[in-house]
Amino acid sequence: MRTKILILGGGLAGTIVANGLVRRLASEIRSGEAAITVLGNTPRHMYQPGLLYVPFGRAREQELFRDERTVLDRRISLIIDAATRIDVVNNRVHAQSGRSFDYDYLVIATGSRLAPELVPGLAENAHQFYDLPGAKKLRDALTDFKGGRIVVNVNAPHKCPVAPVEMALMLDEFLRERGLGGKFEITYTYPIGRLHALEPLANWMVPEFERRGIKSQNFFNTQAVDGDAKTITSEEGDTLPYDLLITIPPHRGAQVIEDSGLGKMGWVPTNPKTLLCDGTKNAFVVGDTTNIPISKAGSTAHFEADTVVDNLAMLVQEGRWSRDYDGKVFCFIETGMNTGTHMWFNYTTPPQPSPPTQMVHWFKLAYNRMYWLSACGLL
Amino acid sequence: MSNRQTVDARNTFCPGPLMELIAALRASTVGDEVEVLSSDKGSIDDIPAWTRKVGHTLVSSDNRGDHFAFVIRKAK
Ligand SMILES: Cc1cc2nc3c(=O)[nH]c(=O)nc-3n(C[C@H](O)[C@H](O)[C@H](O)COP(=O)(O)OP(=O)(O)OC[C@H]3O[C@@H](n4cnc5c(N)ncnc54)[C@H](O)[C@@H]3O)c2cc1C
Repeated sequence: MRTKILILGGGLAGTIVANGLVRRLASEIRSGEAAITVLGNTPRHMYQPGLLYVPFGRAREQELFRDERTVLDRRISLIIDAATRIDVVNNRVHAQSGRSFDYDYLVIATGSRLAPELVPGLAENAHQFYDLPGAKKLRDALTDFKGGRIVVNVNAPHKCPVAPVEMALMLDEFLRERGLGGKFEITYTYPIGRLHALEPLANWMVPEFERRGIKSQNFFNTQAVDGDAKTITSEEGDTLPYDLLITIPPHRGAQVIEDSGLGKMGWVPTNPKTLLCDGTKNAFVVGDTTNIPISKAGSTAHFEADTVVDNLAMLVQEGRWSRDYDGKVFCFIETGMNTGTHMWFNYTTPPQPSPPTQMVHWFKLAYNRMYWLSACGLL
Repeated sequence: MSNRQTVDARNTFCPGPLMELIAALRASTVGDEVEVLSSDKGSIDDIPAWTRKVGHTLVSSDNRGDHFAFVIRKAK
């Protein structure tokens, strides 16, 4: 009997799982004992970390995209037909066209989406760089910017915990390089009582922000934005004026997760070690869409995907479990336009900082290029 | 009817217990309760402090030896 593996979402996690599995199950696929299908909602795969460079004119649009078909191994079927309902009881996924897909194993990798609508006034009045139209619009706004008060506003939950810090630091350098030093003021707002969730990074940020004159407001969870008064107010009762507002909006999981009753706000309840969707034995969850309380980041998606590949391949070939996910997350952090640092941690090892260097900045830029190799399953 | 959900944020370093609590409350309705488990000593101060600052209700806080458990009721 043929084992049908269905992967929902052709983003980073889904693509790594698909390409990893096809290699591990090469002989089963050749003999027709196993088949892998990716069900996606777009034929284009976007390299999201590249969006950070768009507002500063440092990334070309076409560099950010590849056809998913060319990223996936050709032994994988790719079907573009958005999933509309996931039925984990009957092992079936319904899609927009009316087709439905049965599976033996399911991998849910539908990522996260921006939800500025959760905060009144945010969508209408704030810039953001977490999707391409937003990043381009911000690029235009920065080109026109002559000076004034900028608020970089961070909301929870959001993917890529370090992108907001990188934005604040790169923005500061970018505006100074444009000769606007002394004419602008950046205020960075953060939901909890320090500058970043990662404590070593938060500690590093304090003197760095001081040195650059970047102001900050902790315990700031956005309640509303008033576009006429040009103010942003927090649930904690603070109000900040702005001339340019850049937000990292709160996120939620994919609509199909909510529509399928699989998880509140689109986050799928997931076992942090097995990565199985709670209450199932054959539906794995990987990447941003899990409800596991760790960073929603590409590296998390990558390490989770490797675990799912090992387990799925072993289950198909030998009917047994291979290994648990250890919670590993790794991040490169841009500390300016020319320097960077890195950090890793897992469920048992706290993060340790390392001093920023130009070398790490070059590594991050190199990693930007290597993304496609890693999606292809070559790294 | 009010609901209670548990967020087990023990041994997680980023985004951490308070950020998880904030996200869980965002997904809740007024009257719902969130129980958050944390092994981070900083939570003893920052979870009650934040709860007070925003105006939610700290229903209980419990030292369980190797971790803490806080129950917060969404008030607004
Ligand atoms: C500006 C920015 C900078 C970042 N920088 C970094 C960084 O430096 N390092 C890092 O590790 N991470 C970074 N990230 C985060 C990283 O890109 C994400 O965490 C990662 O892409 C998550 O992978 P995923 O597969 O879970 O989700 P995605 O890659 O978003 O893929 C989800 C896929 O599911 C598809 N989908 C959704 N709904 C459906 C449906 N109903 N049916 C079918 N398909 C569906 C989507 O179209 C998408 O293709 C950054 C993100 C941004 C926005």
